[in-house]
Amino acid sequence: MNDIIQDITTRFSVTDIINKRENLTFVTCRKENTISLITHLRDREKFTHLVLLTAVDWIEDNLFQLTYILNNPTKKIDIAIRTMIPRDNPVMESAHRLWEQVATYQRELKEMFGIEFPDSPRLNEPFILEGWNEIPPYRRDFDTKKYSTETYFPRIGRGTNDPEEYMKSKLYPNDPTK
Amino acid sequence: MEKIKNIFNWEPDRSLYPEKDENGNLIVDLSSQKFTKVWHGPNHPGTTGNMAIELTLSGDEVVEAKTHVGYLHRGFEKLMERRLYIQCFPTCVRMCVAEPDYNEYLLARSVEELDNLEIPETAKWLRTLVLEMARLQTLLRTVPGQAGTLSLGMGVQWGVYLRDLVLDLFEELTGGRVYHMYIIPGGVRGLLPDGFKKRMEDVLLKIEDFIVRIDNLIFKNILFKKRTIGIGHIPAEWIDKYGVVGPNARAAGFKRDVRKDYPYLVYDQLDFDIATLTDSDVYARSLIRRQDLITTIDLIRQIMAKMPNDGDIKSPTPNVLHWKIPKGEVYVRSESSRGEYGFYTVSDGSEYPRRINLRGPSYTHAVVLLEKLLINANIADVHSIMVSLQTCPPEIER
Repeated sequence: MNDIIQDITTRFSVTDIINKRENLTFVTCRKENTISLITHLRDREKFTHLVLLTAVDWIEDNLFQLTYILNNPTKKIDIAIRTMIPRDNPVMESAHRLWEQVATYQRELKEMFGIEFPDSPRLNEPFILEGWNEIPPYRRDFDTKKYSTETYFPRIGRGTNDPEEYMKSKLYPNDPTK
Repeated sequence: MEKIKNIFNWEPDRSLYPEKDENGNLIVDLSSQKFTKVWHGPNHPGTTGNMAIELTLSGDEVVEAKTHVGYLHRGFEKLMERRLYIQCFPTCVRMCVAEPDYNEYLLARSVEELDNLEIPETAKWLRTLVLEMARLQTLLRTVPGQAGTLSLGMGVQWGVYLRDLVLDLFEELTGGRVYHMYIIPGGVRGLLPDGFKKRMEDVLLKIEDFIVRIDNLIFKNILFKKRTIGIGHIPAEWIDKYGVVGPNARAAGFKRDVRKDYPYLVYDQLDFDIATLTDSDVYARSLIRRQDLITTIDLIRQIMAKMPNDGDIKSPTPNVLHWKIPKGEVYVRSESSRGEYGFYTVSDGSEYPRRINLRGPSYTHAVVLLEKLLINANIADVHSIMVSLQTCPPEIER
């Protein structure tokens, strides 16, 4: 694993290397180099299995983090590649030519986070949502509770509690300091 | 076997097939009356849950298939971002109804890895037992369920009855039948009740008898063989290209199993082997799952024999209402009955997860792989192929 990380550090200038386990390493790569790095790892280092592709919304930094987790089934090691893209112009190069399932992941990311992957097949077809007119719902600024309160009518006889306060009152009824 | 294969070794007449445009998209003109559009699901006895396949047919042959999901979407991943970690457990189990315990384990393991928390030895054995029981009850539905898609429903009735006996054991151990919330950060919620091992052995003996009966009913049945051998073939080169894992990959000759390749809990202390085949059709995948059922029974017996009967079951943890998980991210995986099942968890250092993403095997199997496999299939084989991939729609839409 160390050899591979050293090699990709030289070739692709990866940073923020974190060895989470002996078989799992996280690295950060610049947006422009990410697809080249993934292609290199797949074709040269035999990371042939794409475990997942997903996004994390760092709204406070105005960034989306894309995470690609790649697995080498022979050496039984994983590399997770993080890349940051601006939140106000979320466009990323498509990786659909590398694995067949990537187009589905990208279709979901477009729908749920509003991230664009130019040329990705069926990108604008609805995947899970139908007739959605709000902002992409997995963004941090989408308020789930507000949406459901405005969209659905309350069920008669059903009370609501603040979960934290309710659990506190149940677990520590005599100790309000907890 | 070869003779039966040859019966299906035919090339369909492609002259009726739609042409493709310069982008490779099919030109399907429904008004020409050469093609029919059929919705297979979301409410259909042959579908595995709330999922639809939009089929375009030429005669009785599929020329295009599109998977539609979303009928069960409740935004579990988003909901968990607004909950304390301990509150995420009742939410995450619902991401796969068939095997909820893997969600509990992976979420608990993510929290423990992010906070460098080790769990007691007894808790590891109990977690392994619960995960294998989850696999057992799923396979009791899935193995005969494959014949159920071909209207051979008797085995399904037997399987559902036996699954109910396993659910009784779950109820005894955890208090819940389908959703258990037994695995929590730091360990598990309780030890085995008195007499549990004896009752488990009684159920295992009944299941062994059931395997003999489904062998006679299903696997030696010439009608089942005719309808499954050579159908839904996944070439070996598709395994990585389409992200195929678990029994579907093992039926194509790939000896991959997270329990062996990345041992977790106490799997390195258990003696078991991984079955593989090379035919990679519906019949081979059914046989692999039948073998998985036998392996699971054996593993449960080994766990019962080797596990400590007492000891700590939970490590001390901070107050779960104020537990700030250190900033970081982790990916943990386990082997569900459908293959690699993983959680990618990101913490921003607060009491709430920043992001939890589920990697479910159905995400690739039921969408891109199924859409590809169904092309050129006969409409009568559609549900058989779909069930052979053991798709679970909730883990696609989450």
